[in-house]
Amino acid sequence: MHASSLHARFARAIVAVSLAIGASAAHAFCGFYVGKADVKLFNEASQVILARDGERTVISMLNDYRGDLKEFALVVPVPEVLRRGQIHIGDRRVFDRIADYSAPRLAEYFDDDPCAKRELEEKARMAAPASASMTMQDKGALNKALGVTVEASYTVGEYDIVILAAKESDGLETWLVQNGYRIPRGASKALRPYIKQEMKFFVAKVNLKEQAKTGATMLRPLQFAFESKKFMLPLRLGMINANGPQDLIAFVLSKNGRVESTNYRTVKLPANMDLPVGVRADFQGFYKAMFDAQAKREQHRVVFTEYFWDMSWCDPCAADPLSPEELRAAGVFWLDGGDGDTNLIGVEPSGKPRVKRPAPASAAQPVMLTRLHVRYTPETFPEDLMFQQTADRENFQARYVLRHAWKGDPNACPEAARYLESVRQREEREARALAELTATSLNELRSKYGIKAPGKRQWWERLWQESRETGGAQWLSYVGG
Amino acid sequence: MQASATPGERGAWRQSAPRVAGWMQARLPRDARLYQILFLAVLLGSGVVARDFALRWEQAALTFAAGMTTQLLWARVLNLPKRNWLSAIITCFGVSILLRADSLWVHPLAVMLALSAKFVVRSGNKHVFNPANLGVILAITLVPGAWISPGQWGNDLAYAAWFVVLGALVTQRARRWDISWVFLLAFLGLIALRIAWLGQSWAVLGHQLQSGALLLFAFFMISDPMTIPNHRGARVIYAMLVASVAFVWQYQMYKPNALVWALFLATPLVPVLDRLLPAPQHVWRQS
Repeated sequence: MHASSLHARFARAIVAVSLAIGASAAHAFCGFYVGKADVKLFNEASQVILARDGERTVISMLNDYRGDLKEFALVVPVPEVLRRGQIHIGDRRVFDRIADYSAPRLAEYFDDDPCAKRELEEKARMAAPASASMTMQDKGALNKALGVTVEASYTVGEYDIVILAAKESDGLETWLVQNGYRIPRGASKALRPYIKQEMKFFVAKVNLKEQAKTGATMLRPLQFAFESKKFMLPLRLGMINANGPQDLIAFVLSKNGRVESTNYRTVKLPANMDLPVGVRADFQGFYKAMFDAQAKREQHRVVFTEYFWDMSWCDPCAADPLSPEELRAAGVFWLDGGDGDTNLIGVEPSGKPRVKRPAPASAAQPVMLTRLHVRYTPETFPEDLMFQQTADRENFQARYVLRHAWKGDPNACPEAARYLESVRQREEREARALAELTATSLNELRSKYGIKAPGKRQWWERLWQESRETGGAQWLSYVGG
Repeated sequence: MQASATPGERGAWRQSAPRVAGWMQARLPRDARLYQILFLAVLLGSGVVARDFALRWEQAALTFAAGMTTQLLWARVLNLPKRNWLSAIITCFGVSILLRADSLWVHPLAVMLALSAKFVVRSGNKHVFNPANLGVILAITLVPGAWISPGQWGNDLAYAAWFVVLGALVTQRARRWDISWVFLLAFLGLIALRIAWLGQSWAVLGHQLQSGALLLFAFFMISDPMTIPNHRGARVIYAMLVASVAFVWQYQMYKPNALVWALFLATPLVPVLDRLLPAPQHVWRQS
């Protein structure tokens, strides 16, 4: 359903409340963190930005590692030996910005005074979003015996990086162990398919001296730029130390259309329905419960689409669109060459508007954002996640609507009583929708969100009360409408 | 029931069973396309209802309207005695199930091109391209805003079982079941070899096996008796070739929609194989 068509109804003033899901819960991605004490193997949620056009790809990985930095290590299969210039240190804030911009959102509408006779307005004003220093010296002979070649080694930012080529997985595992990495059990088996496909391994650990210089407490994101025929994420490698379902949020930036998985079903999250206004107090709680329920319903076998939009605008905006600089920082490489880039995206007139309209046709090459959220288990996702860019350009957002009832005297006018009855029915529908979405019982929701149970009224009571309240002659038109 | 039946009763049942089967066979329509249509309708319906296929009802309606009109016009123009509605309906279903678009005109255009090619692109007595296959390929290459969603099926085991059971029924009646099984064996065999070589988990094979797209292709697209070689040996060669091309497309070139592309690319070989290994052409048995 198109978002803007919904705006037209009952709308008077709208407030959008955004939600930064998962930003605080994100831990690691594709690869495993290796801890010498076998602890803190966080692998429950991860965020990645994937910018791709043709075969050119830029992957940014957010490390939310909170353990001892000495024990941090990251192993990622890459299609080729990356040169120094292909590795870059990103900015954490870009992840926050892109997550905020695409966050699931609440839109609030306030009902009109039913007594005021006038056309329903279609205004849509949006308000503010609420919201081990291992040495890489020549151990040549040993490496050779293990079939492992150190193709390159760099220090980039706070990371010491080696790019490894391996002939067989046992050798690679042994190499990693001998060089001070403690590999989780089963690593060799998981590494093997990548070795067979002649992929290289990007192995990073923290250079404590360099890290101290940055002054940052958290690790900064790593970015790689490369060319590859494969449009995929090596999900399987991250499952070695998986303990129950894991979450991945992938922000995929493309030029032409929505991105979806080719080997798993891609499903749009249920969205755009009216919910009880009580949800406002705990939107995060609602969203998490809903995502849990939907993921379980699909048996952790699908990829959910949470957002798809042309990044030059939004409606309603959970956060302003990213500037060209921010997009570039996120890995978008096809903005080059335009003159005066700064004016092309995210034009900011004075006073922050809450709806950004599409940029004029003269704008730079488009950037489309598909936000995919996967909750996966080793059993339900036996293969790495493959993607394709479709020609689909129909916008989608996880948007939920709250309608605030008019509060006034039921006896103010005949329409008022009729209106209040319709509100009662609406609230009941909203409660049922919420129960369905979150797989929670109605009674539990009623106590949690303070939704009144509808009085048990007989059908004849409804019939005659209605006619009494509305002055007899009008009830038929109400029922019909 | 069996326990309480007397020997005489059991004998009667034994005698009457073949008679019932014979009666059924005589009454049921012989034309396999009717079963195909029934199956494809169930498939499309359940896909839209239970699997959120991104198909709007207007798109489906326009597809069928355009398909029927095209078929009628060509039959008039060429003064053909038979209208051949059944095949056209099957093509409309195939295009509706496979093709996705963000506008209303892509589906009808695809089906018009597909069915027109049936009358225009011919070799000997047969049309060359599988109409649904051609329509889908033309749409995704030439038309903006058209795509295929290979992941749309999900991997529901029960779903796959339905495909196999009903698909087998259809292909058996079409007497061209060989090509489906040879193709499946070859394609899955190649995937199995790859899994063994990579040391992947065998769950990957199960994952592939449960894909609706694969089974739809095997039982409803490559099995179309009008666009495959007439000779059985040629069909076996053809099925293995399509499987190999699809495998290379998917696992060496890492491109999506391997199956439809492989069939499209292999199609021009059918007239060649028909010439090298001649055999009588398939005729739809009508009821």
